[in-house]
Amino acid sequence: MTLVAETHSVGTLNPAVRGRRRRQRLTVLAFLTPWLLGVTIFFVYPLLDTLYLSFTRYDLLSPPKWVGFSNYAFMATKDPQVRTAAYNTLWLVVILVPGRMLFGLAVASLVTRLKSGLGVFRTVFYLPSLVPPVAGVLAFVFLFNPATGPVNQVLGALGLPEPLWFNDPALSKPSLVLLGLWGVGDLMIIFLASLLDVPREQYEAASLDGVNSWQRFRYITVPNISPVLMFAAITGVIAALQYFTEAVVAASVASGQATTGGGNSSLLGYPEGSTLTYAQWLYNMGFKNYYLGYASALAVVMFVISLAVTLVLLRRARSLVYGVEGTR
Amino acid sequence: MRITPGRRRSTALLAAAAGFSLLVSACGSSDTTVAAPSSSAPTKLTGTVTFWHFFTDREADGIQKAVDKFVALNPGVKVEVKKGQDDDKTIQAIAAGQPIDVVLSYSTDQIGKFCSTGAWQDLSAYIARDGVDINQIPSVVRDYTQFDGKRCSMPMLSDTYGLYYNKKLLAAAGFSAPPKTMTELTDMAKKLTALDGKGTIQVAGFVPSFGFYENAPAHFAPSFGATWFNAEGKSNIGTDPGWAKMMTWQKDLVDFYGYDKLTRFTAGLGQEFSADNAFEKGKVAMMIDGEYRSAFIKAEAPSLDYATAPFPVDDAKPELYGSGYVTGNVIGIGRGAQNPEAAWALVKFLSTDTDSVVGVANAIKNVPTTTPALESPRLDKDANYQTFLDVFANAKSSTTPTTASGKAYQDTLGTFTEQWQAGKVPDLAAGLTTVDTQINDQLALGQAP
Repeated sequence: MTLVAETHSVGTLNPAVRGRRRRQRLTVLAFLTPWLLGVTIFFVYPLLDTLYLSFTRYDLLSPPKWVGFSNYAFMATKDPQVRTAAYNTLWLVVILVPGRMLFGLAVASLVTRLKSGLGVFRTVFYLPSLVPPVAGVLAFVFLFNPATGPVNQVLGALGLPEPLWFNDPALSKPSLVLLGLWGVGDLMIIFLASLLDVPREQYEAASLDGVNSWQRFRYITVPNISPVLMFAAITGVIAALQYFTEAVVAASVASGQATTGGGNSSLLGYPEGSTLTYAQWLYNMGFKNYYLGYASALAVVMFVISLAVTLVLLRRARSLVYGVEGTR
Repeated sequence: MRITPGRRRSTALLAAAAGFSLLVSACGSSDTTVAAPSSSAPTKLTGTVTFWHFFTDREADGIQKAVDKFVALNPGVKVEVKKGQDDDKTIQAIAAGQPIDVVLSYSTDQIGKFCSTGAWQDLSAYIARDGVDINQIPSVVRDYTQFDGKRCSMPMLSDTYGLYYNKKLLAAAGFSAPPKTMTELTDMAKKLTALDGKGTIQVAGFVPSFGFYENAPAHFAPSFGATWFNAEGKSNIGTDPGWAKMMTWQKDLVDFYGYDKLTRFTAGLGQEFSADNAFEKGKVAMMIDGEYRSAFIKAEAPSLDYATAPFPVDDAKPELYGSGYVTGNVIGIGRGAQNPEAAWALVKFLSTDTDSVVGVANAIKNVPTTTPALESPRLDKDANYQTFLDVFANAKSSTTPTTASGKAYQDTLGTFTEQWQAGKVPDLAAGLTTVDTQINDQLALGQAP
């Protein structure tokens, strides 16, 4: 209350009160300084610098030269790969993110119903997400090798078609989705925690009212875990927009080009550009071809899109997430 | 609009941050000027030289022996070697101002960037001062070690490409000599291919897929006399008929196998730089590769009965037979070198000292890049290695042009070839013309306004 009173009488404060307030501000600032420094050095400065560089021609080795909007014009009219990369990334956002969420929720729901062996299954489903991404992708691509992989050997033994998986442009992205589902343990564990947190009495009351399974899920489970679903959606979309390692390693291994340098370079987005993501193209233009100015323009566009998607999701959260102030 | 104190503060903060950003950007722009060398070479070298190179394992040991010889001759110098450093790492380190005295790159693709930006120092003054005979370096190598008249690198061994063939498989199919023309290569590849009862490829005579091992358009181009750029520096791919011929030859052979069958076959083959290499395993009868392969075969498949020959050429250009693709390792002095005199001494030693060049060439089976080393009796030569020495010496052998934008133009063509071999390009001529436009646009993006 004192603070409120002081705030409203800021013009008539005596020197003692002013001094106390200044000391308070300095104390607050002192506590905030590490955060302020971190945000300034690692976020604000890189962000503004990237924005500046996006209007320059810059190759990392010589000083940047101002070129106005020409990088953005090249992106819009002349870059042969940026549309492919944007399409592939959008595909992953639309398919991979909901796919992982649904699969993660399904696995978590199944695990909650287990009468015994809960710890074992929880561990089994969670373990793949602990595998380092590169090692996981290597193993996964070898499993799905069209000629020697066990998956196709089993399919062949059953008389079923043996797809080319990561070597087929029509199946390479779905194969990456399978990889994402295999490593769904990170989502599964937070969904599981959220599901176990749903009050049992709500289910009991619903049972007395004679609701079916779908209604239980739709009107009890979803509302209770909606904040976690929204968290998974936002972080999933951001991760999909930055999708890089899995696609690069899968393309490199599937093309037979596991090494770089000396010989033929790895084929970007193999096969036929189907795994080329926006983040890969940005990296390639920036740190392989050294068009750093252009790569900065790509980064700015990606930042704006990520920000817009996040804002839309957060706005929608007010109507979708139960428990947020002002919602149902 | 009334600006409130809070809004004013925010605006001021934003402006300050932007100003700070621009200031730091300006400060971050590296100074490209370097001190000129002294008028005479120092009588005694001292200090530490940092040397970054990309070699690893067996090949790194070969480099280390040469460095040890240099240190033995210059006891006052300590050389700190960092192996396994590729171009990406060295460029980023130099850009960040890290002092690297000597840099060894595996490719000539970035020479344009190294020279034009000053990331690698101009060596002309050192070469003139010390009277280094630049003519001891063959002309194709002299070309790929400089850019726009600026010599910022020296060659340190080269890679030369030719045909490897499995003598046992060829003999079993009734062949006693390797192919010399593309028609012969195609015919032999078909006869050497073995399928199982289900039509699955068991052994491929020659895998034509772009992207497989060393099957890059750049490596096939000399066999068709195909040129990358015209006299105006514009992409020549849509105009030079060599490219269309190459694509047509390649697609015909892909179609013989069937694209899907070939993809399935190559997916099951071992990695290129491993003991499971398909040629070393006898799964591929013929392939294009560099001279270094013989050292891998010796280490990984010593019982393999193979031989080498120049890569076959376009039937209409028999005069090209004997030539091939040449590229190489390049060595230079980094912009931030702390000990440039000792760095130059090491560069000069590794690139022109005949004993050193021959020693490293013997160790890693690369082709020497000076005439005295090529003619040295100490150079270990057998018939397979001699093939590459001959290709290297052939006046029609060629390399990929250096541009200020690195190898982006090769990547652009590589993207097209993937679509092409998959049968997704209905009009080859139009497709190659589009590639020209894309390459020219990309080159313009890299040029200063």
